[in-house]
Amino acid sequence: MKQRAKKPVSSFLYNHPTLHRWALLVLPVGWMALVYIVALIALLITALWSVNEYTGAVEMTWTFDNLIQAFTDSLYLTVTERTLFIAVLATVIDIILAFPIAFYMARMASPRARKLLVILVSTPLWAGYLVKAYAWRSVLSGSGVLDMILRPFGGHSPGYGLFAVILVEVYLWLPYVITPIYTAFEQVPESLLEASSDLGARSGVTIRKVLLPMIVPGVVAGSIFSFSLSLGDYIVAGIVGGKTQVLGNIIYTDVGVANNSPMAAACALIPIIIIGVYLMLVSRTGALKRL
Amino acid sequence: MDAITITDVTKRFGSFLAIDNLNMSIREGEFFSMLGPSGSGKTTTLRLIAGFERTTSGTIELAGENVTDKAPFERDVNTVFQDYALFPHMSVVDNVAYGLKVHGVDHAERYDRAHKMLDLVQLDSKANNKPRELSGGQQQRVALARALVLEPKVLLLDEPLSALDMKLRQQMQVELKQLQRDLHITFVFVTHDQQEAMVMSDRIAVFNKGRVQQMGTPAEIYNHPANSFVASFVGTMNFIPETIVTANGFPAGSYTIRPERIVFVDADDNPDMVTAEGQVTDCIYLGTEYRILIKLTTRETFTVVRPVGETVPERGGEHQTRMA
Repeated sequence: MKQRAKKPVSSFLYNHPTLHRWALLVLPVGWMALVYIVALIALLITALWSVNEYTGAVEMTWTFDNLIQAFTDSLYLTVTERTLFIAVLATVIDIILAFPIAFYMARMASPRARKLLVILVSTPLWAGYLVKAYAWRSVLSGSGVLDMILRPFGGHSPGYGLFAVILVEVYLWLPYVITPIYTAFEQVPESLLEASSDLGARSGVTIRKVLLPMIVPGVVAGSIFSFSLSLGDYIVAGIVGGKTQVLGNIIYTDVGVANNSPMAAACALIPIIIIGVYLMLVSRTGALKRL
Repeated sequence: MDAITITDVTKRFGSFLAIDNLNMSIREGEFFSMLGPSGSGKTTTLRLIAGFERTTSGTIELAGENVTDKAPFERDVNTVFQDYALFPHMSVVDNVAYGLKVHGVDHAERYDRAHKMLDLVQLDSKANNKPRELSGGQQQRVALARALVLEPKVLLLDEPLSALDMKLRQQMQVELKQLQRDLHITFVFVTHDQQEAMVMSDRIAVFNKGRVQQMGTPAEIYNHPANSFVASFVGTMNFIPETIVTANGFPAGSYTIRPERIVFVDADDNPDMVTAEGQVTDCIYLGTEYRILIKLTTRETFTVVRPVGETVPERGGEHQTRMA
């Protein structure tokens, strides 16, 4: 007979598979519940409180004023529009840039070049976010590298502002868009493209009817990253945006300067709603199912 | 006219010689199999015919037309892929209608023809399902319907049955053969399964190391193998050791015998037969036949196949074996 060490915990868990599963999930589920759901509910509740005009203290008197102001006041509407514009444009540009890069990496580059490109694409992720943002501040400054390059051609640095914000957002989130599109391109079996050609489709038709539909989930995944990250970002606007304000700046000001956390909470619901609507639209296309 | 004529075709992948100066004609309307182990060049030959690979040298003609430099979409052949290659984002009927669509067939006609073809492979009830909702055998039929709906002169099949279980595979072998007979289309079938090739083919080309070792009907290949590779790859073959050959008064050379041609007899009663002695190491019952492994006194192992009903020697017994 083989001697076996007694492992009471292991055998108990083996005999209680449901408990086993719960033991595995209790930490991550608990964490998610605490950090996301409880925080979200707290945010919603805070948005319904008010601030005492004289003392500045938060009072638990219920009001819809903050929400009404956040969703109707022209200042908030303008900033929301601008933030949305930045996020959409950055996402669209990222997708346009990522497409040829991802296609080349997945379907044209040699295996060696592919590995190198994957490393190169992910290299910027190793640098700190702030470092990169400040690097762009220096590049875009009146006497920066960009200005030096453009001056001989009669140009000059666009300086800080809306354009700079979009440029830096595009730069920051590009790796997050390239990676899922690259993976999607890579996962399309060669035989599908051959089958399309075999059935009489020219390359253009094969790309349109077979290749592109199959990478839609990858594009959607990439767009979720770049869209939500741009939408929530306010540091870039602070560093290279000049006077450009985005939703994040307003929320930051409401909390830090105006000491009006109910207003900030009301404001913070705007991007949450936008992302929610976006995810709903995306899931309607069925792309999430194929992620 | 031949459906496919391959003349002096060589294909290299870097330094690897995949096809070595291949010459082959495939007749119109025949079921032609390319049989060989993996890496023998059979799939590469199929891909050259389809146009997925370009020849390093030589020419390929389809019905007399030189297609060596033509793209797959310019060739009147269609392929059933080993992994079926169904478009996952399209429904079954859209998969079948795809080829007609890119050929500009109008909507009503292409769906009419696609449904008819699905009906032929008994899958019209699944027309609106996605390929992933179908079983392997059903996906295989969709792939077949998708290729056949274009009414090609030649259908290329790249090990299409290899992913199916044995029962389904045997059923599909018969169905494919019937389909080919009914449609009068030339089938070029790639397989590594010699039995499959024997069941379906009018003619077989046995490939090894980038060359055709032998081409002929299943009977020719089985009964008159051109060389020892074909002899051992197609069916089971016993190679008769030199000492037995000379002991029985034959000139030296290489001789072989099929397992079912060997009988068990008493040596002294049959002086005109070629005999060898050996010990039974295993006797396997296979339902319709016994497969008996015999270790000869000269140390080689022979396989003997005898029908059930015949008295067969038991394991461990000393026996003399006669070979006709």
